[in-house]
Amino acid sequence: MSSRRPRPAAALASAVRAGETTAASAVDAALERAREIEHLHAFLSLREAAAREEAAEIDRRIAAGAGASLPLAGVPVAVKDNIAVAGGPTTCGSRLLEPYVSPFDATAIARLREAGAIVIGKTNLDEFAMGSSTENSAFGTSRNPHDPTRVPGGSSGGSVAAVAAGCVPVALGSETGGSVRQPAAFCGAVGVKPTYGRVSRYGLVAFGSSLDQIGTVGATVEDAALLLSVVGGSDPHDATSAPVPVGDLASGLDEAAIAGTRIGWPAEYFGEGLDPAILAACESAREALANAGAEIVEVSLPHSPYGIAVYYTVAIAEASSNLARYDGVRYGLRVGDGDLSSMYLKTRAAFGAELKRRIMLGTYVLSAGYYEAFYGKGTAVRARIRGDFDHAFADVDALLCPTTPTPAFPIGEKADDPLAMYLNDIYTVSANLAGIPALSLPWGRTPARADRPALPIGIQLMGPDFSERRLFELARFLERQAPGPDA
Amino acid sequence: MSVSSDDVRHIARLARLELTDEEVERFRRELSTILDYVEQLETLDAGSAAEPPHPDQPLRPDAVEAWGDVAALHEAAPDFHDGYFRVPRVIE
Amino acid sequence: MPEAAAPGAADGKWEPVIGLEVHVQLSTASKIFCGCSTAYGAPPNTQVCPICLGYPGALPVLNAGAVELAARAALALGCEIHPRSIFARKHYFYPDLPKGYQISQYDRPLATGGKLAIRLDDGSAKTIRITRVHLEEDAGKSTHAVEGTRVDFNRCGTPLIEIVSEPDLASPREAFLYLSALKRALEYLEVSDCNMEEGSLRCDANVSLRSRGAARLGTKTEVKNVNSFRYVEAALAFEIERQAGILERGEAVVHETLLWDSARGEARPMRSKELSHDYRYFPEPDLEPLALEPGRLSAIRDALPESPGARADRFVAQYGLPAYDAAVLTATRPLADWFEAAAAAFADAKEVSNWVMGEVLRLANERGEAVTLAPAPRPLAPAALAGLLALKAAGTISGSAAKEVLAAMVETGKDAAEIIRERGLEQVSDSAALSAEIDAVIAAHPDEVAAFRGGKQGLIGFFVGQVMKRTGGQANPQLVNQLLREKLAGQEG
Repeated sequence: MSSRRPRPAAALASAVRAGETTAASAVDAALERAREIEHLHAFLSLREAAAREEAAEIDRRIAAGAGASLPLAGVPVAVKDNIAVAGGPTTCGSRLLEPYVSPFDATAIARLREAGAIVIGKTNLDEFAMGSSTENSAFGTSRNPHDPTRVPGGSSGGSVAAVAAGCVPVALGSETGGSVRQPAAFCGAVGVKPTYGRVSRYGLVAFGSSLDQIGTVGATVEDAALLLSVVGGSDPHDATSAPVPVGDLASGLDEAAIAGTRIGWPAEYFGEGLDPAILAACESAREALANAGAEIVEVSLPHSPYGIAVYYTVAIAEASSNLARYDGVRYGLRVGDGDLSSMYLKTRAAFGAELKRRIMLGTYVLSAGYYEAFYGKGTAVRARIRGDFDHAFADVDALLCPTTPTPAFPIGEKADDPLAMYLNDIYTVSANLAGIPALSLPWGRTPARADRPALPIGIQLMGPDFSERRLFELARFLERQAPGPDA
Repeated sequence: MSVSSDDVRHIARLARLELTDEEVERFRRELSTILDYVEQLETLDAGSAAEPPHPDQPLRPDAVEAWGDVAALHEAAPDFHDGYFRVPRVIE
Repeated sequence: MPEAAAPGAADGKWEPVIGLEVHVQLSTASKIFCGCSTAYGAPPNTQVCPICLGYPGALPVLNAGAVELAARAALALGCEIHPRSIFARKHYFYPDLPKGYQISQYDRPLATGGKLAIRLDDGSAKTIRITRVHLEEDAGKSTHAVEGTRVDFNRCGTPLIEIVSEPDLASPREAFLYLSALKRALEYLEVSDCNMEEGSLRCDANVSLRSRGAARLGTKTEVKNVNSFRYVEAALAFEIERQAGILERGEAVVHETLLWDSARGEARPMRSKELSHDYRYFPEPDLEPLALEPGRLSAIRDALPESPGARADRFVAQYGLPAYDAAVLTATRPLADWFEAAAAAFADAKEVSNWVMGEVLRLANERGEAVTLAPAPRPLAPAALAGLLALKAAGTISGSAAKEVLAAMVETGKDAAEIIRERGLEQVSDSAALSAEIDAVIAAHPDEVAAFRGGKQGLIGFFVGQVMKRTGGQANPQLVNQLLREKLAGQEG
């Protein structure tokens, strides 16, 4: 893999605003790099003509003196293909939406445009964001830039691969059960899940509506933070978006004090099944924080073991509901003549196997006679999981733990075992269920072995609602301490 | 928890999914396994959680804001003709 | 008059038990979850957007006006409004339901426990209990043809309230009266225009029979697609007779849904591939719970207009009108308002009432204007009627002339004085002038005069008629009558 990396977004925008470089050249470089990494299959579509036009417009506005109002001037961005970008495809990695062109921009995209950023393409994902490897895309899997025989993680595998492969400095993904953090850990990037309601869901194709959030990916903490501060904030188009101002998430992160911070170490996250190298990474990060004067506190999140079970009732129930609209009537794929019933069946037969499984499971969970036992119970336990975090955050400022139990696995390894695949999400899912913000940042690699090359490791920080600023400060500190990619 | 083939077919019907016999059997097994896993929730005494605090429902004023390009919404349809979305006939 | 026993119901052996589910479109300007217009009659699929078409990534945002109108309706129906209510998704597949689910309310509705009083034909009052009122969105409109189904989504997303009654209605007639009272109540509140033909009020009925006097309810059926007031009674009567026939044969009524076919006058079962609907309700995650705090509810309650029943009672008390008049005049709010404006300008409220119920409504109906009385070039104003009645009371014109003048006022928009002048309708009320004519008539008919004085009082009509003929109909008949009696009584032979 080439070690050429684009300039970080913050620095690039600064340079474009100052006239030191142009949006056009930044976009050109990104598009060229996108072609070079085609074998990774990170992108499903590129917006060459549109991106070049938009770059030219940015350059015109800069020349006219409007640079100051463009915090992401000229920054090329990759966007997961379940986020609506007007006038182009939003396939969600599915045959059902292969012919679909979105007539509107997601609010997050509108904000990116306003900030001067340029979407260069839409990235691959597990179909409708349902999966943990990107292998469930109807259009082929993406590959991990560190080892193309392995998955990049999912469902935001394409966006993370695009950043990790040095094509774009930042990307948008989405999270329902760890779908930005997990691939970020697998690929050695920074991946952020905001507090639920922090970023508008208008234009994000719904999966688990009470968990979904658009997340940001960057090669650096500062970039991921900058992107979040641009796309976040309340939106009248999304009744679940929080009326909390985003604030400045990215500047002055280096100056934040670490001494006196209380960092929680959740006992339940360090048990069986955790790769020793990942455990070592967490311990080493813990030590770095302690050496800087942070206090490390053992905490307990007793309902953690139930996160996956809750997720696979509540989130999947919502998912099956959100997929009911794909029926071939008003947009997207339609298959078959015959009668209406046959049209529904033949059209929806185009869903992939994982989708069908989740639709079946979700429908079952909601069906008469089972609602209380599954959805009802799942909702109640979800409240307990949230309660665990509330209790912990009464005592500590943030939690430190692994992002994934293992590093990236080979393509095809878990394809036949859905439950094994689901268990990938065990450290990430609880944050989605509780609605709290969380991020993954890279911390070196696993040691190279005979049976496995050195692979990126991600460590995770979680915090109380709307504490993203604090998490970025801690992450920035850790970023400076982290072993390099070659360590 | 055991899920029967009849259960699977019934659920597939509710969800408008057409399954082959092989798929019915595969889903029957997979759903059973997953639901077994999920059943661990049953042992938990989650109690009746007090309703979590929710922000107030944000409302929009009752004002008409027409969508700009309605024609694009028509063009996006697999079958739009003479002003109507068309679908094959409903057999009652 | 006692309620007629259900037809074919074996001398009242079977007692009908009816509950109605009424869907009412709220008269907001925009849809419940998006900014599309709700205006009726637009070309198909022109009032649509990605939200009401269920596009990927679209989200609902609740219309404040819909909440206001729903709360107003629920309050006026005496319901308990719940400070927090929850939206829920109701799932089923149909081409006019874009998301594959309808956003409605399920186990935590906006309001429960209300009532509506109705007046039965025998004059007695009956209270119909209302189970619940909840908010939901309307679906699009499907038109089925042999070659396929066409869908218009203009209606999709229109805010609805669903009003569910307890099964307190005991006959098709009561159902009709309940619907009429409900429509009137909602119109008064300006919550909906309740027009069944346009679909802004829809009714599904649940009907069962039980042995008269039995406590347990029989198996019920649901009758849908009753889309006009006049079909409500017919559809229910049909279904009651059908069920009675089944029970009389010793068979069991099957719980099913039937569609009313007004052309054939029958209800036919809907055949559906699924044995039953499993709507898989769960709380709508895209919407927060709807909160209505007491302050807001008080404000809405304080602003409630006078209910039709209260207004009718006030008409009796304040204007001394009979109950019948009050009921007719309060049939709609615009009519009641119109009456009161006229009564404010003319002291004899009964006279105003007679004219409004009579000539004014007749003219309005002829012109298809119901009670809004808005003919071109300008509407008939209540004050104009008052002015006309004043002229009549003063004797300037006769009663029959007044009818002609009113019709002309409505037709031409001119005022009464101008029309009277133009058509020379002023009646003669000058006693001296009339005296001369009366004397002439008396002189011309000595036999009739003798007969009248001999006891045939009925002949007064003949004399009046003669005077009217001589004066070309322009004599003031009351004055003529009075003067004739005086002269006929006063003179000798």
